[in-house]
Formats: sequence, C-alpha cells, structure tokens
Amino acid sequence: MSSTLPRLGWFALALLGAVALGVVALTRGEPVNAVWLVIAAICTYLIAYRLYGLFIAEKVMSLDPNRQTPAVRYNDGLDYVPTNKYVLFGHHFAAIAGAGPLVGPVLAAQMGYLPGTLWILAGVVFAGAVQDMLVLVISSRRDGRSLGDIIRTEMGPVAGAIALVGVLLIMIIIVAILALVVVNALAGSPWGTFTVFSTVPTALIMGIYGRFIRPGRVGEMSLIGFVLLMAALVYGRTVSLSPDLAPLFTFTGPQLAIIMMAYGFVASVLPVWLLLAPRDYLTTFLKIGTICALAVGIMVVLPDLKMPAVTQFTDGTGPVFSGSLFPFLFITIACGAVSGFHALISSGTTPKMLENETQARFIGFGGMLMESFVAIMAMIAASVIEPGIYFAMNSPAAKIGTDVVSAAAAVSSWGFVITPDMLAQVAKDVGETSILSRTGGAPTLAVGMAHIFSKVIGGTAMMGVWYHFAILFEALFILTTVDAGTRVARFMIQDMVGSVVPAYKATKSWFNNVTGSAAAVACWGYFLYAGVTDPLGGINTLWPLFGISNQMLAGIALIMCSVVLFKMKRGKYAWVSLFPTAWLLICTLTAGYQKVFSDNPAIGFWKHGQKFADALAQGKVLAPAKTLEQMSKIVFNDYVDATLALAFVLVVLAMCFYGVTGIIKARANPKVTVIEVGGEVGHA
Amino acid sequence: MLEEFKEFYSRVKQTSRLMVGIPDYDNYVAHRKTTHPGLPVMSYEEFFRERQDSRYTRRISGCC
Repeated sequence: MSSTLPRLGWFALALLGAVALGVVALTRGEPVNAVWLVIAAICTYLIAYRLYGLFIAEKVMSLDPNRQTPAVRYNDGLDYVPTNKYVLFGHHFAAIAGAGPLVGPVLAAQMGYLPGTLWILAGVVFAGAVQDMLVLVISSRRDGRSLGDIIRTEMGPVAGAIALVGVLLIMIIIVAILALVVVNALAGSPWGTFTVFSTVPTALIMGIYGRFIRPGRVGEMSLIGFVLLMAALVYGRTVSLSPDLAPLFTFTGPQLAIIMMAYGFVASVLPVWLLLAPRDYLTTFLKIGTICALAVGIMVVLPDLKMPAVTQFTDGTGPVFSGSLFPFLFITIACGAVSGFHALISSGTTPKMLENETQARFIGFGGMLMESFVAIMAMIAASVIEPGIYFAMNSPAAKIGTDVVSAAAAVSSWGFVITPDMLAQVAKDVGETSILSRTGGAPTLAVGMAHIFSKVIGGTAMMGVWYHFAILFEALFILTTVDAGTRVARFMIQDMVGSVVPAYKATKSWFNNVTGSAAAVACWGYFLYAGVTDPLGGINTLWPLFGISNQMLAGIALIMCSVVLFKMKRGKYAWVSLFPTAWLLICTLTAGYQKVFSDNPAIGFWKHGQKFADALAQGKVLAPAKTLEQMSKIVFNDYVDATLALAFVLVVLAMCFYGVTGIIKARANPKVTVIEVGGEVGHA
Repeated sequence: MLEEFKEFYSRVKQTSRLMVGIPDYDNYVAHRKTTHPGLPVMSYEEFFRERQDSRYTRRISGCC
C-alpha cells in the first residue's frame, strides 16, 4: 500500500503532462492558454527528475554518499566549502542562467511555439540536464577540475588544446552576439540608452560604497544600486520626451557598437571592485528577481498564445533566421535545451562546493530543468504578443522596409495581419519612436514581458516603464557578460601567448593587462561591428554561429563524458551520453556545413560572399549594399564567417576523432582506466 | 515558527551572497578556528576583498 500511493501519484502526473502536451500540440485554429505549456513543462521536468535523473545517479554514475567530495577534502572556507544543497542550487542556477535561454526561444518562435517548445523539453531531459549533471559528477571526482583540464587528462593533450581553442572562439562569439542584442535594443532609444548608461555611475557609487564606506555590505550596496536604477528608469521617460536631452542619448547602431567596445575595454582594465563586481551584484539579484516575477506574472495573467503552433517558416524562408527547422531550430535554441557553456560552470565553482556527491542530481540535473523553464517562459512571452508585431520587430529592414506602412504590408502578406496603426500604437505604448526591425530578441521579450506585467500592475499606462524595465534587466546582465567575457578572453589570450612568451602570463602587469584586453575587445568588436553594419541585421548572420559554437561545446563535453563512461567500464550505460552527443554532432555538423557550403546565398556564407564578389568584379552594387565599398565589406565578412564556421566544424571533427580513439582504447583495456580521486574515504 | 523563519531568512541571505561569489563568513571563521587553530583569520573586510578578487580572476566563468 505504501508504495502504491506514490506510484498512483506519478501516474496521474504523467497523465496530466500528456494531456497538457496534447492540448499544446493538437489545438489548431483557436488560441491555446499559456497555462497548458507551463503544466506540460512542469510535469515533464518532475517525471524526468524522478526517473531519468535517478537512473543516471544510481545506475550510470553510482553516486556514492560516502565518497569524499572536494569540498570536504579541501575545505578552506573560501573556494572549497561544503554547502547546503539549496544554497548551492541558487548559486549554480544564478551562474548558468543568462541571456541565452531568454533570447533563443524568442528567435525560434518564428516557426511557431510548438517546434521550439518540444525541442526545449526533449533537449533538456535527454541532453542538457544529462550533460550538466555528468560533468558536475566527473569534475567532482577530479578535485573540481575544469573541463579543459579533464579533457587533457582523460583524452590527451592535443584534444585538451583543441577544446581550449574552441572555448576561446565561443567566448568571442558569445560576447559579440550579446553585445549586438544590446545595441539593437538601444539604437535610437533615448529612454533605454539613458537607463542603461546610468548603470555605470550607479555601479561606481556602489563600488566606492562597498569598498570604503561600508566595506563588504553587499545587501546595502545592492539596495542603493536598485533605488538609483529605478530612479533612472523613471527619469528616462522625461529624458526621452525632452527635446534638449533626448538627442544626447540617441545613438545609431555603429555609434553604440563603438561605445560598447570602449566600455568593454575600460571595464576589463579597471579594478573589479569599482565597476564589474557591483554591476554583477545588481545583475544577479535583478535577474533572479525578474525571472521569479515573470513566473508569477504568467501564472496570474494566464495569457493566451497568439502565435500559431507552427508557421510556414519551418521551411527555412523565415525572416528572423535563415535555414529550415532541421538543423537550425536545434542550434537557435541552445541554452534552455542544452548549452555547452554550462559544462564550464559544472566544472568550475559548483563542484568545489558540493557537500555530497548524491546532491549532483538536484543541482546539476535540477538546475538545468529550472533553466529550461526560463526558456519556456521566454517562449510564452514571445508568443503572447500579436504575431504581426512579433514579425515586424524581428525582421530586418531589408525585408520589411523602414516605415510602418511598408512593414505592415510586408508582414500582412506573410499571413500575419497587422495594420500600420497597430504598429505605431505599440511603439507609442512602450515609449519608443519605432519598434520595427528591433532584432535580437531582447525588445520582443520586453514587449511580451510588458504585456504580462502591465496586466498585473499599471495597465497600458505602465507599458513603457515595464518595457524599459525589461530592456534594462536584459541589457544589464548582458553587459555583465560582456565585462566578464572580455576578462576571461583576455586571460585565455594571455595564457596562450604566455605559453610562447612566459612573461606575458603575469596578470598583474599593466602592459599585459592593456594589450590583452585590447586584443580581446578587438576580436569580439570585429564581429559586433560587422553585425551592426550588416544590412541583413547581424542577428540573422551571427546567431547561427553562436548556436553552432555553443552546441559544439556541449558536444565536446558529452564526448568527454562518453569516454569517461567507457573508461569506468560502464560502457553499457554510455548511450546516456552517446545519444545526445550523436544528435548534437548531427545538428552542428549539418548546420556548420550548410553555413559554409550551402548553394543558397541566404544560408551559405561562401555562396553569399561569392555572389557579391562576382557582382563586385563587374562593378555592380547588389542590394542591400549601397556602395562598392560596402560590397567589398560584405564579401570580406562573409569569408570571415565562413572560415569561422569551418573552424567550428573542424574542432568538432577533431574532438570526434579523439573521442572514438579514446573509447576504442578504453574498451580494449580490461581494467578501469579512469583517473578519479577519492573513491574511498581518506584515499586522497 | 519564529525559529523556522530565522533559519529560512539566513538561508536566503546565504544563497544571495553565494550567488555573487561571497561564501558564508561565519563558516570560514569556524573552519579556521577548528582546523587551523592559532593561525591568522581574515577580518570580514579582508575576506570580502579576497573573495571579490578571486571571483573575477578565475580563468573561466560564464553566463548563458
């Protein structure tokens, strides 16, 4: 009896989830309420956690409550601290949650909410959560070492070096694309620009307060910062309406790109306590708070999804990103389904604080499920606004023109009826001059969030404040990623150059600091600038590169997990990581191949570059370029992008090779060949 | 009830601080006193600075 009741409960939960998914998937013609999406997601997560998570914990990895974790073995009260599992869950979630799960689903909504939702749910259960948990356990059994280190010791030095190059490329692309999202959100928006700019003096005040006035009082600092930020948010409206002040904060995309680069450089060179750390505090608390508020908002408002379940753009002709559902949906939504970046966190701070190995399921698997839920909420926010508005915001100007009349005509011709008045009205409601071609996902998400929040508090009158609050929230944590990413890229460059010129490794040297930061900024700045000046709207070009790189890293991490499973002589369970590895490799390699070699110039960088190069040779100018100079710029950018996509493909293939040889070697050896620490208590 | 609330509040506080890379200071002090008696213990201000510097000089951190 005692075991029947819980079983009945789980069965009922499975049934509820199936019904909810059925409603989401099968309803046609009438709007589906967002609550069905939420129920389907939560039931999926609970069942996956209870069954698959437990299976991985008990059978695949044999988590052992008696095995000493690095936190216990090296407890120093600083880096290695046995930490309560709920506290550590919060830390881990705050570290993995960022712009990725919010932006990807918004872009993927061009194919309708259904394909993206199904991939988010299936991806997280079979790939994302598995990767995060396996890497966490594997790192925890190796003193909390990093992904690069583990690959080096388990798969050899060459594989380790290739993985490191891959990580550097990802850092560069991720910073460039996220900076581009912010630039697109702020271009021509004095309210948004003023609010986001004011975060810099706010952070400086917080930094000085927390360093000299009341050292280390994080709560007080953050409260001061929050109050200043909200004041800036409200005052931003006044700025945007003032004919004197508004022009001071109205910039074009290229101007903002230059400002971002200058800012990234300064933030990387300045001491961390002055700018980076205080902004990080604000970002983290605002991020967690807003995510919780969005969850509450959706549950209170219970909005209808206006986006169709599936649109005609699954065929690859969509305006937001080019390419058909397979493989491009699976790289557009990276974080939220599976994100290679998490492998860096799961082999970073978290394994050093794990109190007990068995908690890896709650923190690794559970943390990723939570992140997936953020992606589902982003999908909901993008789908509750009128599809016509969604497409007007996310299509490049090359496709819809630059005024409301042409945009409304173009979008309506795709079957998403919208009038010029409605487009103008939305812009007015959110306090912007225009919402057209605000690509990058952040502004769309902000409109969706404003739509939901204003139904709880304030109505239409508050739309503008909520919209800019959402923009601020996104811009803030993206800028923190830009700062932190620039620093990380700088350290990696210093490390790489330092292996040839050892003096360059010294991180305290002023010369190294300045040149290293400049090199890091130049790398991502190039892609940012190319993206901003790209007539097709850089998101269309660059987001696939970001997706490919992120999924590539996930593929690398999962290859490593598979090799480790074979070395542990647990090959019979290796399908747990081999299956998602295979899927990710198929997706990234197909997408990478198409981005390089596709005959369709809308997809293939090489073909696109050739088309423009041929025209250039004949002295012709092709739209959207306006001058011959722009033409040659497009050709150059295309070739750089093609080279980068090819580099990603080669990195994946090389890691595949080392993975396969590693597995063959492990299978040939009858002994366990894995290099773990702390199998028995006191063994270390 | 009050005890439970206090416990909950302290957990929330601890979580918030760890989210930004500052582990529990009391735990650090307790650890130094029990495992390294007689050795110097950083003041809270020193501890805070040390943790802040360490968070951003780590080789890889991320957010996605």
